[in-house]
Amino acid sequence: MNNWFRSHLLALLEAALRLLSKPFGSFMSALVIAIALTLPALMYAVLDDFAGLAKGVSGKPEISIFLKKEIPSPDALRLQEILKKDARIASVRYIARDEALKQLAASGGFADVVGSLQENPLPDAFIIEPANSTPADFAELKTYFLKLPEVAQVQLDSAWVERLHAIVDLGRSAVLMLAGLLGAALMIIIFNTIRLQILTQRHEISVSLLVGATRAYVRRPFLYFGFLQGLMGGVFAWALVAWLMHLLSPRIQSLAQTYSIVLSLHGLLWWHVLALLGFAGMLGWLGASLSVHRHLHDRPFA
Amino acid sequence: MIQFDQVTMRYPGGHEALCDVSFEIKHGELVILAGHSGAGKSTLLKLIAALERPTSGSVWVSGQDVGKLKSSQVPYLRRSLGLVMQDHRLLMDRSVLDNVLLPMRVTGLHEQEALRRAHAALEKVGLSAHEGSMPMTLSGGEQQRVAIARAIVNRPTILIADEPTAHLDPAYAREIAALFRSFHAAGVTVLLATHDDTLFSPYGARRIELVQGSLKDE
Repeated sequence: MNNWFRSHLLALLEAALRLLSKPFGSFMSALVIAIALTLPALMYAVLDDFAGLAKGVSGKPEISIFLKKEIPSPDALRLQEILKKDARIASVRYIARDEALKQLAASGGFADVVGSLQENPLPDAFIIEPANSTPADFAELKTYFLKLPEVAQVQLDSAWVERLHAIVDLGRSAVLMLAGLLGAALMIIIFNTIRLQILTQRHEISVSLLVGATRAYVRRPFLYFGFLQGLMGGVFAWALVAWLMHLLSPRIQSLAQTYSIVLSLHGLLWWHVLALLGFAGMLGWLGASLSVHRHLHDRPFA
Repeated sequence: MIQFDQVTMRYPGGHEALCDVSFEIKHGELVILAGHSGAGKSTLLKLIAALERPTSGSVWVSGQDVGKLKSSQVPYLRRSLGLVMQDHRLLMDRSVLDNVLLPMRVTGLHEQEALRRAHAALEKVGLSAHEGSMPMTLSGGEQQRVAIARAIVNRPTILIADEPTAHLDPAYAREIAALFRSFHAAGVTVLLATHDDTLFSPYGARRIELVQGSLKDE
C-alpha cells in the first residue's frame, strides 16, 4: 500500500478511536455542532420550498386590465381584437365578469360571500402578457391602457410574486449570514476541543517529535478528528432538520391552505445533505487546522 | 560526525549554559561527557538533537549545520540519532512494545518489519518477556532499557544518552553501561552525558568535561 495513503488511513483510524474512546463527550460536542448547524439548514430547507412556490407561480409577469362596468361585452371583445394586433403585447386573455365571479366563488372560501351578492360587482377584464418585460415597457403599456376609454383600472399582477422573490432573497441572505456566524461558532468549538486534546497529549506529542515525527504526522490525527467531529455534527443536524420538518410540515401546510396555496415541504434534498455534511466536515477540519497551527508551535514541542 | 565550533548557548532570561565550546567527535567513538549538574551537558545534547538552537557558533551533525536546519528537516536529523533522555520519556499508557514501535511508526515503516526490529531491540536489552507490560509496572532500570531499545530500534548512526545510569542501583547501572559498550562495539558513535564516568572508564571511552558551560582541556 502506498505509504502516504497508509499514513492517512492510520491517522483517520486514530482519530476515530479518539472519538470513540470518549463517546459521551464526543456525542455532546457533536450535538452542540448539530444545533449550530440546524437553524440555518432548517431555514434554508423551508426557504427552498417557498422559492419553488415563487418560481411555479411567477411565469412571465402579467398585467390585468379591468374595464368600466358599463362597457358591454361586444365592445370588450372588439377591444380584445385591437390589443391582439398590438406588437407590444404577446398574448391577451379575456375574462368575462361572470367567469371571474365563478372563479372567485371557487377559490379561497368565498363561495358564501359570492352567493349572498345581489348582483355581480366584477368588471370584464383582460390578462395581458407583454412582449417585453422591462420596467420601461411595463410603464409605457400601463400608460397606454389607462388612456383607453373602456379601461377603469390597470394592475401589475407580478408585484406580489416579485415581493415573494424579494422575501426569499432576503431570507437567503439571512441564512447565509446566520450560517457564517454559526459556522464560526462551530470552528471555535472544534478549535477549543483540539486545544484541549493537544494539552492532554502534550507528552505523547513531544515524545513523537523527539523520535523523529514530522509536524504533519503529529497534525494529521487532530485534523481528521476535527473533520470527523464536524461530520458527526452534520449528520446529527441532518437528523434534527428532518425531525423538525416532520413536526413543522403539517402546520406550514395548514397555514398555506388558508392562502389557497398548496405547499409541500420536501425537506433537505440529497445534494443539500451532501452540502451540509461537506460544510460541517470542512469547518471541523479548518477549526482543527487553526488550533493545531496555533498550539503545536508552543515551545515545549520544539 | 559531530562538531561544535565556538558554540555559545544563552537561554531567554540571560543564563549562559554553554560558552565558546569547540570539539569534534569522530565516527565510531565512545565519548563520555562529564561534568557536574548544571555544567551544560544536557544543553549540549539538546543542541545535537536540534531541541535547541545555538545562540552563536555552529553545531555540525553528520555533515549538517544543525543551527541552520529548516524545521521540516529536523525530524530527519532526529531519525538518524538514538536519543535516551534522563527521564526516559516513555508513554506510560502504551505497552513496552508500542513504545519501542513508535519511532518506526512515525517513519511509516511496514508493520511486520517494525515488529521484527522491535522484538530484536527488546531482546538486545533483555526485555523480551516484558513486551506486553506497561512501563509503569517496570523498575527504573527496566524503563531505562525500554528507552534504550526505542533509541536503537531505528538503527541510528549516533546514540546519545543523558545520564543513562542516574537513579539506578550499581548492578543495573553496570548492565546499562555494558549495553552502551556493546552498541559502540557494533560501530555506533556513542555520546553519554554523565556526572559519574567511572562506570565507562573501563571501556576506554574518551572523556570531555564541561565546567560551568566551558570545555575543560581534555
